[in-house]
Amino acid sequence: MRSAVSLRGVSFGYQPGRYVLRDVDFEVETGGYTAVIGPNGGGKSTLLKIMLGLLEPWTGTVEVLGLPPARARHRIGYVPQASGAVLDFPVSALDVVMMGLPGGRSTKRARSAALSTMERLGIAGLSGMHAGSLSGGQRQRAFIARALVGSPEILLLDEPAASVDPEGQESFYELMAELNRTVTIVMVTHDVGAVSNHVKTIACLSTVMVSHGESLETEAVARAYGCSVDLVSHGTPHRVLGKHEGRGGND
Amino acid sequence: MIDALTRYEFLQNAVAAVLLGAAACGIVGSLLFVNRLSSLAGGISHTVFGGLGFSLLARVHPLIGAASASLIASLALGWMSARKRERADAAVAAVWSVGMSLGLVFVSLAPGYKGDLMGYLFGSVLAITREDLALTALVSLASAVFLAFQYRRILAVSFDPEFSRARGISSGLLFGAFLCLTGLTVVVLMRSVGLVMVIALLSIPPATARMLTHRLPGMVVLSSVISALSGLAGIAVSWWLDLPAGASIVLCAGALFALVTASVRLLRSTAPVG
Ligand SMILES: Nc1ncnc2c1ncn2[C@@H]1O[C@H](COP(=O)(O)OP(=O)(O)O)[C@@H](O)[C@H]1O
Ligand SMILES: [Mg+2]
Repeated sequence: MRSAVSLRGVSFGYQPGRYVLRDVDFEVETGGYTAVIGPNGGGKSTLLKIMLGLLEPWTGTVEVLGLPPARARHRIGYVPQASGAVLDFPVSALDVVMMGLPGGRSTKRARSAALSTMERLGIAGLSGMHAGSLSGGQRQRAFIARALVGSPEILLLDEPAASVDPEGQESFYELMAELNRTVTIVMVTHDVGAVSNHVKTIACLSTVMVSHGESLETEAVARAYGCSVDLVSHGTPHRVLGKHEGRGGND
Repeated sequence: MIDALTRYEFLQNAVAAVLLGAAACGIVGSLLFVNRLSSLAGGISHTVFGGLGFSLLARVHPLIGAASASLIASLALGWMSARKRERADAAVAAVWSVGMSLGLVFVSLAPGYKGDLMGYLFGSVLAITREDLALTALVSLASAVFLAFQYRRILAVSFDPEFSRARGISSGLLFGAFLCLTGLTVVVLMRSVGLVMVIALLSIPPATARMLTHRLPGMVVLSSVISALSGLAGIAVSWWLDLPAGASIVLCAGALFALVTASVRLLRSTAPVG
């Protein structure tokens, strides 16, 4: 199958000589659902920005949907780390979703496209609300709607579960699984416990790609995290592996 | 006053200036306010003083000196803060003081009569000409067109710069166009309230409006209305009490702000909790 995302030998840093990514190979096939975990500062957000063409790698090649990333941009939906938005800005949830469409005018077509995406995510009722007064989970859905409204083929999410309560996370992962029927998903998180059972592959990034496959190499990951308490106490990789293997029969 | 209004053309022009300028004031002021860039108008207006000084020295029309200085200041600010929007703050401070100093130097070098400068510094809404009105209408129209056609892009780059970069929206072009509009609005408002008080008319009405709505279109409309009301009230007050018009306008805007703040506080504190 053709790759949706393909990175080969990618190295990058913000300052000369200080690698944030080192010789990273990363492949996500069309229809894939990959979780990228790794410690804070491991380069996960940087990896997404390289896939978006916002950063140019020092060395290596990047292809998204068979194109240089900057040219595939309009076919990618991006949910940035939540902290970027100015929350007291006077916009409604509908305004936020419309930001994901090309063009500048607030046309009827743009509004109805945004509304139908919001309906799909179950937040149409919030369309008139001030974006800053949405709850964490509602805001996250609005940001996902903003990423989806342009009908992307790939969805890139940066720490999407960070501001959502545990209950919300459950339904969030169900939503992701449903979206994955039509969209390739790459999701980044530093919280190993947050990785859902639905993911098809899981990668661990800590400057170098520690592992990437259908399951995690527990020891390699533990080393990457520097013996993370999280990982050991939840025993998460085993859970991911177990449920994942049983999944084929249910679908 | 109605009587006087039908009799004196300068009074009609003053009212027309206030009404025609309200849209530019509301649009540019709101966009500055929500991007926390209100001080930018202050930086530009003090550079415009430099342009006025230059026009005195070079004996060209003051509006030409003012408009070119405002555009130069806008582009300089844009260039200085292009890499990082957060840097705009320091750039504003620099442009502000350098522009003002240039003005003072030019004025002291210029020979002859300089009395007109007071009008530009503190406003002379009662001396507004047909040219001023035409320019005012044009700037308001340009602001309205800019907002209508770039609405979603403006929201996107202001609300979430990271996301809009990823969407490939060129925020530099948008910011540059907005800065030029701000510069022209400053020139237009200079005539009615004066350079020293331009920043007040670009920040008080949006701040008042923001308390009453949580969407940008509502804010733009409300702050335009508020600036028109303050303008009319200010002209009336200055007519009846024989006070300087520019200062009266700004004080009326301030009074409205205080009134709305107090009402909103009162309503919130008496509203049922929950
Ligand atoms: N704009 C930047 N300028 C300089 N260094 C940066 C920048 N963004 C991130 N970094 C550094 O790069 C490293 C990786 O950051 P990031 O990709 O955000 O990691 P993660 O998302 O995995 O937590 C960190 O050490 C961080 O300090
Ligand atoms: Mg990150």
